[in-house]
Amino acid sequence: MDKFRMIFQFFQSNQESFMNGICGIMALASTQMYSAFDFNCPCLPHYNLAYGLGILLVPPFILFLLGFVLNNNISMLAEEWRRPQGQRGKDPAVLRYMFCSMAQRAMIAPAVWVSVTLLDGKCITCAFCTSVPVESLGNASHPRLSQGEIQRVLARIPCKDIYNGQQLIANEVAVRYLRCISQALGWCSVLLMTTLAFLVRSLRPCFSQAAFLKSRYWSHYIDIERRLFDETCAEHARSFAKVCIQQFFEGMSTDLVAARCHLPRKAPADAGEAAEKLLGITDQGTMNMALKSWHRCKPPLHLHPPALPTGNGWAGEGQPPTYPSAPRRETAAYYSWV
Amino acid sequence: MDRFRMIFQYFQSNSESVMNGICGLLALASVKMYTSFDFSCPCLPQYNMAYGLGIMFVPPIILFLCGLILNRQSLVMLEEWRRPSGRRKKDLAVIRYMCSSIMQRAMVAPVIWIIVTLLDGKCLICAFSGSMDPEKFVGFANVSTVQAQQLLAKVPCKDEELTSNSTSRKAVSRYLRCWSQALGWSILLILIIAAFLARWLRPCFNQATLLQARHWSNYIDIEQKIFEEACCEHSRLFAHKCILHFFESMRQEIKLHSFSLPREGEQAEGEEDLLRGITDQDQVNKLLKTWYCEKPPLDVSQAHQRHPLVRERSLLPWADNTSTRSKCPLHTSV
Repeated sequence: MDKFRMIFQFFQSNQESFMNGICGIMALASTQMYSAFDFNCPCLPHYNLAYGLGILLVPPFILFLLGFVLNNNISMLAEEWRRPQGQRGKDPAVLRYMFCSMAQRAMIAPAVWVSVTLLDGKCITCAFCTSVPVESLGNASHPRLSQGEIQRVLARIPCKDIYNGQQLIANEVAVRYLRCISQALGWCSVLLMTTLAFLVRSLRPCFSQAAFLKSRYWSHYIDIERRLFDETCAEHARSFAKVCIQQFFEGMSTDLVAARCHLPRKAPADAGEAAEKLLGITDQGTMNMALKSWHRCKPPLHLHPPALPTGNGWAGEGQPPTYPSAPRRETAAYYSWV
Repeated sequence: MDRFRMIFQYFQSNSESVMNGICGLLALASVKMYTSFDFSCPCLPQYNMAYGLGIMFVPPIILFLCGLILNRQSLVMLEEWRRPSGRRKKDLAVIRYMCSSIMQRAMVAPVIWIIVTLLDGKCLICAFSGSMDPEKFVGFANVSTVQAQQLLAKVPCKDEELTSNSTSRKAVSRYLRCWSQALGWSILLILIIAAFLARWLRPCFNQATLLQARHWSNYIDIEQKIFEEACCEHSRLFAHKCILHFFESMRQEIKLHSFSLPREGEQAEGEEDLLRGITDQDQVNKLLKTWYCEKPPLDVSQAHQRHPLVRERSLLPWADNTSTRSKCPLHTSV
């Protein structure tokens, strides 16, 4: 009992650390994904913005959804939300707590992606290179180009090898300007997110601490109850299967005895456990018949009480006559086949 | 009992070591962040100072807040501060002690960032190159003020063709870096001396109060942890009982429906016990469906009382597989 209790405590405390671990792994995975991703700005006027903002915003959305998918508690939340009320009322505070804690963990990897992207600067450089203030940064004395031409030249800023507007505005100046803005945005967004997290975490004990403790207790309870129920069902299924198979073999051996029409050989008194475990099946033919029967005609999912031994080996007597006839018909077919 | 004592001692010592570990990890993380961050001064007159000082001061604020968030003790302290007095008085000395220890640990990573930034020098060069006096440097002395500003702003960027090989650029850069490193080392020296003095002189003042505050702050921390463990243990036992009662009530329902003579002394095998009277596919399906559609009430004291709803349910058709497959039967909640 002690061992189970310790294992349970380990799982309980471990569930939180497990989820935090998954959260951290996803954050690392998002930085790794970003560094492995080969960013390739198209350097065309209308495509740059779409590409840059797409790389900035679509992967975080994917990571957010992945954070929910990888969280085991999502099915628990859905089940608790959709179950009929029955004899147990539903507490919306508990559902809110579960959803909030899952959403907080799922938000970390997207936040890391957005921060890393902004601090690196390539996305913003690609997306907003056509909006660089040429008047202040560039060469005002350059011969006038049409607006479209200027846009096309500016769009090539991220691609140093094909940039041909050095007289209009120096590539390094524009890239530095855009990268400065991007990094400023990045640091400000990290500061904002950290401040929000700090406020959420530190203001909670000032308001509704009791309600929080209640929600946390019952959300852990729901999790533990679900796991215990699954374990109990697994235990039950194991016992069910064991008894079912035992009864199958007993049925087979009783049947064989009846079919052979001679007294069963008396097992020697000191045969021991091994002979008992053979359950009356002692030769190749019988075993083959047992295996074929198991495949062709599995026993019904209906455990009859242990039968009193009778002369003709009918094990079906004494069953409560309550259930529909289908299982019974199966049994009858089995016997008549032999 | 021994095992529990060992576990508690582990938690006791572990609380401090966990917090010190987090502090150290954040410090390492701040150094790693600085080295992996691609510092890129804009080299424009209006933007240099904002960028340089921003890089020097915004990440330390972020690291400080992270240090507060990741420290479990800050929550404990806040709860202790905000709780109603009730039957236990609040000791402000304990709260002050906890606050100061949390702040000290949270300040390590920001200070390391600032010191590393100053010792490296890039931030200060970027921020203050535009504030230099052009008269002091040969290359900038003979140009107009506006141009001097532009040139000075470009000093941090080595790839500028105007100033890349200029000795004046290197002179400004070296001058600012010298100041930056001097500032960095001085701050480090002052902080270390302050820490040294604080640690050595503390026993001279209020040692008894300090010991009490430390003891009670550890106590509050441990009490919180034990309370959480006790709740966890309680919810496990509660769930266990609840499920057992659920299976028992299902078994009784089955007995009601099945009209069979009660088995005499059928508790022979252990397996029969574990089956808990559920020995049929339909019964198992019914049990699983009931578990979903009608979770048992959160009340394990009424285990063996016959619930009125159960009696009512026994009048409804039992083995109605097809109709009960998709929808849960409507019952009035109690």
